[in-house]
Amino acid sequence: MSAPEHSLPQSPLTEQDDAWDRRVASGLAFLRRRLSGAYEVDEFGFDQELTEGLFHPMMRLLQREWFRTEIFGAKHIPADGGALLVGNHSGTVALDALMLAIACHDESEGNRHLRLLGADFVFKLPGLSELARKSGATLACTPDAERLLAGGELVGVFPEGFKGVGKPFRDRYKLQRFGRGGFVSAALRTGVPIIPAAIVGAEEIYPLIGNIKPLARVLGAPYFPVTPTFPWLGPLGLVPLPSKWLIEFGEPIPTEDLVDQADDPMVVFNLADQVRETVQEMIHGLLERRPDPFAQ
Amino acid sequence: MATRPEVVLVTGVSRFLGARVAANLATRTGVGRVIGLDPFPPHPEVEPLLADSSVEVVQADLRAAGEVIADLGVEAVVHLAVISSPDQARGGRAAMKEQNVIGTMQLLAACQQADTLRRLVVRSSTAAYGASFRDPAVFTEDTEPREVPRGGYARDILDIESYVRGFRRRRPDVTATVLRFAPFIGATAETALLRYLARPTVPTVLGRDPRMQFVHVDDALEVLERSVLESHPGTFNVAGPGIITLSQAIRRAGRIAVPIVEQALAASAATGRGLISNDQIDLFVHGRVVDTTRLVSEFGFTPRSTPDAFADFVRSHQSGALVTPDRLAAAERSFLDMIHRVREEVR
Repeated sequence: MSAPEHSLPQSPLTEQDDAWDRRVASGLAFLRRRLSGAYEVDEFGFDQELTEGLFHPMMRLLQREWFRTEIFGAKHIPADGGALLVGNHSGTVALDALMLAIACHDESEGNRHLRLLGADFVFKLPGLSELARKSGATLACTPDAERLLAGGELVGVFPEGFKGVGKPFRDRYKLQRFGRGGFVSAALRTGVPIIPAAIVGAEEIYPLIGNIKPLARVLGAPYFPVTPTFPWLGPLGLVPLPSKWLIEFGEPIPTEDLVDQADDPMVVFNLADQVRETVQEMIHGLLERRPDPFAQ
Repeated sequence: MATRPEVVLVTGVSRFLGARVAANLATRTGVGRVIGLDPFPPHPEVEPLLADSSVEVVQADLRAAGEVIADLGVEAVVHLAVISSPDQARGGRAAMKEQNVIGTMQLLAACQQADTLRRLVVRSSTAAYGASFRDPAVFTEDTEPREVPRGGYARDILDIESYVRGFRRRRPDVTATVLRFAPFIGATAETALLRYLARPTVPTVLGRDPRMQFVHVDDALEVLERSVLESHPGTFNVAGPGIITLSQAIRRAGRIAVPIVEQALAASAATGRGLISNDQIDLFVHGRVVDTTRLVSEFGFTPRSTPDAFADFVRSHQSGALVTPDRLAAAERSFLDMIHRVREEVR
């Protein structure tokens, strides 16, 4: 891709120039591969090259510089094989999903890609739907979840859904209902462990103080948020507040011995409750470590 | 093990797929007679293919199938008179629907009466899965369509499959094989979708980059032939494993994508004579990917992958390419050289 070091002219700046040259050359090569379609996309639409080359650097910047995120318990993410990551959802705009994904990739042993399950609203919107697919997400539905898990992927799900992301600021860090526990059935049927994950910090990025329901209905959105800065400051209101983030991965909950009980609603509800309580406890633990939401 | 059928009836021989299947079957040992039935005379390009073979062509509408089957003791029927896009020279969409829906009804009514019939093979399409935002990413044969698609061909396919379901109930003794083909591709394949993709600039839907699958025509022929000669009851997805996104396909073909808002494309499709059809808009918005596990395990045959099949198409359509890998590589090299020169000067 780049010229070997000895072929470059000798000067005091060689070392530095070389790195610059390399960056330009690899950037151009990336551009050429993209323009000629010479990359792979999996059956869900996941474009690994684009994700690692373009999305990850932006997410990383946001995570490290803006949110100053600290990550705990990444050792609980298995280096390979299927696993279901279950997290709390918050923050009006689902940045927590992206931050969880980059945390998984950068901190896990196998540099795992988190395959997120998204609401159908995401896949209805032009543009957003394709960004979601290219970054590895797919629709939150049983066939897709089971296909990914059976294929040995690390799958991320937020069972609270819009009830979690779109909840008012006063309800922050209170876990909402976990739906029908479909995520538990998927894990049970494929026999993969469930890894609880707690995210603290996302609640403060866009504090939701109001919801203009008629406007949401017109736009076909699940809610229309009003925050201290949006829509008052226009596009500036889209800048997330720089809260301090903590992400913790909990101990995996094994499911192998429950595989034949995936259809038993009692087993499913109990396990869903167990996961929910674990995540809630982890959130409380993290909040104690972070008394000031905007600490350094 | 099921024996090969002595007498085979193939519908839709006026077109490429039907003619090829009929001509291939006529050369197989064990197959005594192949009768080709079609309401239209053979297209000029398939005429020599049929003329060189021992296929007996009957030009009549599919109602005639009853007599042919009874008179000749037909044991297998291959229904390929299913048209994927309107042919303006042959009556447009109205005639297409007439042939797809009414034709299938008539053929299956005739098949139901035929005592000699043992095997029925029907061409279907992955369009049978409809088009909805709540669809799973990958369709297995058991996936039910969530929404009726807007495309005419897709709606015809839903009708055709429902008739076959009725036929299966009434004639459980006949081995019925339904093949849900992904869009055909290959060096020689000619479909509305491929003509569209062969344009130098390809209009796409703004904000959508669908996942697409194709099946190479040669592999489709192989599966069709095996369905007639062997016994494979059931419904099967027939597609090349793997996917290619539309933007990727356009780039690999060296074409240029022109994103257009969906409403404008839909308006163009509504005229009926536009560049694009509702079937294509459904595909270009939702994409369509199927699971081929059942095909591979039942037939013991894996079609070549979608990217490989697409590469075959690209090789044979080089002439319309605007952006070739060579040109891109040359541009990259000259740009790097330029940067080197500028930096030498500065230093």
